[in-house]
Amino acid sequence: MLMLMKIKIAMLVGALAAPVLATVLAPPPQVDPEGISRLAPASFSYRAAGDFSRSGKPVEGPLRGLGSPTELLVMKRQVTVAEYDRCVEEGACPRVGSQSGRRDVPIVGVSWHDASTYAAWISLKTGVTHRLPTDEEWTFAAAEKARDEALPLVDPADPAQAWIARYETESNRSRPAETAPQPGGTFGTNSKGLDDLAGNIWEWTDTCFIRASLDGNREQVTNTNCGVRVVEGAHRAYMTDFIRDPKSGGCAAGVPPTNLGFRLIVERPGAAVADAFRKAVKLLRRA
Amino acid sequence: MLTRRTALMGAAIAALMMTAPVVAETADELKLPREKVTLVAPPAVHPHEQATKSGPKIIEFKLTIREKEVVIDSAGTKFWAMTYDGSMPGPMMVLHEGDYMELTLVNPETNSMPHNIDLHSATGGLGGGALTKVNPGEQVKLRWKATRPGVFVYHCAPEGMIPWHVVSGMHGTVMVLPRDGLKDGAGKSLHYDKIYYIGENDLYVPKDENGKYKTYETVGESYADTTEVMRKLIPTHVVFNGSVGSLTGKNAMTAKVGETVLIVHSQANRDTRPHLIGGHGDYVWETGKFNNPPEKDLETWFVRGGSAGAALYTFREPGIYAYVNHNLIEAVELGAAAHFKVEGKWNDDLMKQVTPPSPVPPDKVGTADPVAVTR
Ligand SMILES: [Cu+2]
Repeated sequence: MLMLMKIKIAMLVGALAAPVLATVLAPPPQVDPEGISRLAPASFSYRAAGDFSRSGKPVEGPLRGLGSPTELLVMKRQVTVAEYDRCVEEGACPRVGSQSGRRDVPIVGVSWHDASTYAAWISLKTGVTHRLPTDEEWTFAAAEKARDEALPLVDPADPAQAWIARYETESNRSRPAETAPQPGGTFGTNSKGLDDLAGNIWEWTDTCFIRASLDGNREQVTNTNCGVRVVEGAHRAYMTDFIRDPKSGGCAAGVPPTNLGFRLIVERPGAAVADAFRKAVKLLRRA
Repeated sequence: MLTRRTALMGAAIAALMMTAPVVAETADELKLPREKVTLVAPPAVHPHEQATKSGPKIIEFKLTIREKEVVIDSAGTKFWAMTYDGSMPGPMMVLHEGDYMELTLVNPETNSMPHNIDLHSATGGLGGGALTKVNPGEQVKLRWKATRPGVFVYHCAPEGMIPWHVVSGMHGTVMVLPRDGLKDGAGKSLHYDKIYYIGENDLYVPKDENGKYKTYETVGESYADTTEVMRKLIPTHVVFNGSVGSLTGKNAMTAKVGETVLIVHSQANRDTRPHLIGGHGDYVWETGKFNNPPEKDLETWFVRGGSAGAALYTFREPGIYAYVNHNLIEAVELGAAAHFKVEGKWNDDLMKQVTPPSPVPPDKVGTADPVAVTR
């Protein structure tokens, strides 16, 4: 647990350094040749994650126009069993779940802690910072595969209607028949060249759950819970960070994600991040 | 030219003609009106009267036994089921006290095993088990008189492998209604607008050395391994109506605010404790027998293994209700959960969120604390 806490701090440092980093134009890093896609800067719309209310009544999160200011380097595919196992063999990552025995399929049954630990480990191995995407970054990378989760509008005096509407939306979603992890590419490639978004795996993001109230265009965050992170896939969900099997993480009457996996963002090395990175490395070594 | 094949066919036809008079309908010595019921798969129940003004009848039912491989969870785990009419549990059969059930039990020759039926509602002959053993390619007709009102389990009971057939899906429910319908303890009539029938299964699926569920070519090949898992008494799945999630999402049960629903819960093998999250049991026949006054206002009711219970509830608030086995490990981890989707107008008097989740106010002891002010 102590080790995980330290890694969490390390990841936080990395995440904080990210915006600074983005403006540093360093030569492209040497990365895993099999799978980093470079996404050109572009604008996109993003539905804020979390629980929002206006005048005390629940409302959908605000829709925002965002721009990716610089290239985003993101894994084409989800982290595979073979990749994750190297981290396990070196004693850095915990062994998870009982896998099907296939090594070319994405690793599933990983918690946010497992995914973050892997990111810290691969960063150390390669000398290049890898991290989980923010929910905004995932949405940008997923492009047309990202589903806008706006809830149907309901009579605010009747909470059951929103509840039933959400239940019906979840129940009517078409889900892949196959629940076991499939080889990369099975669920198609999106317009940005990334594979298997919104297939049968939900991907961890680094975005914390928030509760916020809206007043005009002003937003006031009243609660931030980083013990719950946003996971993205065929629909957006909020998942307690130590959950590996999403069925246990859901509520009594909803449709939980099928599997939990992840893909990583790769940072270009630069002065600012190098410093943060060294700190992360120190933390890891001490752990 | 007489080939061997036609000779055999000829012999078969001759055999059929010889036996035909023996298996033909016996004379109806009862001289009662007859009614034929078409069964439907759970959670639905075939149309029926609650109270009836008509006199006793002979009600004809037919159950066809089907051995088949089914999928029991969202991970695609395969399981060799043995079923009455293809569903787990088998269909509910409804009649009234004083009626006779005439049941035709068919074991098609595509099946591999002998089966029979033990009806807990019937008297004598091991509940019918002693008179209904049919091999693949055979059928049998049993008549029994409904003498006690209630919901009762029926199940397969072949010598030597009763529990295996039962936990493989061969169980269902008979409902014998009082001729004048259901009553509360004071003799007031009770009615339901809807009935739902839930059969709970404890399943014991063998795993290989890597912890993966095993699959088998035939139902017979799964016997030895399955028995070994059964003997440890720890099910791998506890499900409603044959599979995890069979009564959730698009298959969720439905009701409207103000509607009264009779929920019949049947467990042929193992104890369970149904609970409606956010609701109650207005009137509950926990042991399922209608000559006993129903208990009122229950939170959870206990259904003994080998019995069925019935709960009557009028929905008062809209929303999604989870109906679970309130051993919540069995509900959430092993699958024993269903949902009701209830439409209607929200009643603030019964429940209201007075203040939505918001930050805990700063500690103002000694300043704005009303107690301090009045002092
Ligand atoms: Cu049987």
